[in-house]
Amino acid sequence: MGKINMENPGSGGRMSRRKLLLGGAATAAVVLVKSTFGKMVQTSLPESSLLLADPTKVPGPFPGEIGTRSEFESLAKKATLTSSRTPLQSLYGTITPSDLHFERHHAGVPVMDPEKYELLIHGMVDKAMVFSLNDLKRFPSVTRIAFLECSGNFRTGKVEMSPQDICGLTSQSEWTGVMLSTLLREAGLQSGASWLLAEGSDAAVMTRSIPMRKALDDAMIVYAQNGEAIRPEQGYPARLFLPGWEGNTSIKWIRRIEVGDQPYMTREETSKYTEEVKDGKIRQFSFDMDARSIITFPAFPQQIERGWVEIRGIAWSGRGRIVKVEVSTDAGKSWDAAGLTGPVLDKAHTQFKLLWHWKGQETEILSRATDETGYLQPTMHQLIAARGESMGGYHLNPITAWYVKKDGQVLHRPER
Amino acid sequence: MMQKISALFLLSFLHACSADTVRYQELQTEQANFSEETPDNWPKSFGLGKEASVARISSMDIDVRPDGKGLPSGSGTVAYGRSLYLTKCVSCHGSKTSSGIYDRLFSYDQSRVHPDSLKGNKRNKTIGNYWPYATTLYDYINRAMPFNAPGSLRPNEVYSLTAYLLYENSIIDENTVLTAMSLPRVKMPAQKRFVNDTRKGGAEVE
Repeated sequence: MGKINMENPGSGGRMSRRKLLLGGAATAAVVLVKSTFGKMVQTSLPESSLLLADPTKVPGPFPGEIGTRSEFESLAKKATLTSSRTPLQSLYGTITPSDLHFERHHAGVPVMDPEKYELLIHGMVDKAMVFSLNDLKRFPSVTRIAFLECSGNFRTGKVEMSPQDICGLTSQSEWTGVMLSTLLREAGLQSGASWLLAEGSDAAVMTRSIPMRKALDDAMIVYAQNGEAIRPEQGYPARLFLPGWEGNTSIKWIRRIEVGDQPYMTREETSKYTEEVKDGKIRQFSFDMDARSIITFPAFPQQIERGWVEIRGIAWSGRGRIVKVEVSTDAGKSWDAAGLTGPVLDKAHTQFKLLWHWKGQETEILSRATDETGYLQPTMHQLIAARGESMGGYHLNPITAWYVKKDGQVLHRPER
Repeated sequence: MMQKISALFLLSFLHACSADTVRYQELQTEQANFSEETPDNWPKSFGLGKEASVARISSMDIDVRPDGKGLPSGSGTVAYGRSLYLTKCVSCHGSKTSSGIYDRLFSYDQSRVHPDSLKGNKRNKTIGNYWPYATTLYDYINRAMPFNAPGSLRPNEVYSLTAYLLYENSIIDENTVLTAMSLPRVKMPAQKRFVNDTRKGGAEVE
């Protein structure tokens, strides 16, 4: 007892300073200080010197080599064996901190040596090419902000569910890389080239078939995320990035692109990322992520107080810009246009806000997004009507409702 | 090194599956062209990267297409596949009488309720009722299985496991021998269920 975990200060609140403050039973704390050799080392100080000190009267630690989260904050992804989910309800604005970007991979995160990394492009090209990471970085670069979302990003069924539980498999970053079209121009496309196969370096050697029109439109090979090298969990040292398309197509740790004239019908695009629709049919190559929104405040597990509440959330569409988000504070009887925080970007999480004066009444609050194609985020009822009772679990983007109790507690209201 | 099946065979096969070819040509809704003008100051080539050697390409080019392109020489039997399955696969995927921690690959009960179902009335997805191409089995087992030793299986082993799984799904009979010639000809029951995505934004919910 009594040590602040400085190595992992946000780790699930096991021994956070907040708990020390509340509990008051501890006697010592660990802080980082600079040693005479200039390295950061841990040292024990009496807890009282930290907790009781007026910070304007005691100098703090010197500058360090890497920043840290405040020990009072505890941000964490929710992880399972196959994925981990972004804590949307704990974030502000629209950029996901890189270490909180969701993960979904099929055989773990490979260790990739950037010195040995190479991308092979072959098949229906004039000249099969191999590019090193350094080669990729020397091409004209492109930077854009865009979301990345897993097409299996929907959970429901319980009232105690947060935005992270419901749709935490979407995140947003500023991505930097080279346009795939720039690389294909170097290799030279042969006549009839209409599809490509993208293949990863993970232990699943994951593959997806991509239509050439997307490859030549806005596909990127990205090597940086939020200003630094892309994280291992996101595909270090380079990944395919297909803005607005289901996350599985943006192959991580990309090692090979084969250009062909037909899809390869990989396991992911046949038995997995397809969905049953009406009449016993199975919908395939459902690439685009339809428009969606979710209120992230107030949402479970938050509790609100009477008075003015700024309702906040994010909205996004894989088909372009968000043009409107409407919020209802009366269980869907009436809708008000929320304010959008600009600049509103193409295929990007967009923040919306609406001021609401809550008088303590029991109600439901909901949001619905409209994108530039005129698509309005549907209800679950509409999705079932369109796809049938036995519809598959991919590409579900229904309106999410939050139930506000009289005491200010906010619970998820599963779709009826 | 893998031997690719002959171009002649390919041509005849492609002709046979022209309906499918039409289906995925529909997905190319617009002509695939370089969408933006290349900037005026760009050279014809940036001179970066190096040309890939044939050996380099063939060492990495492991994919198998529905028309059989990419299948290596070798063959497999249901009997050998069964013995491999019982040693390398059963602990994760289960048997006819036991369930495993990962996907069930053949049904012992078609009415079994899918655990992830929203409505609770969906069938378990299996190779027999959901996989549209038999070649995908070869491709996937070869690249990713077994989970604890991916890429460790020889072509005869992959063909045999493919044969066993197709047999357990009542798609081939027990004496079928799978090769680069016969595997692409296996018709999967679910293939006719597959349709293209027709969502395109706008007012309609699909």
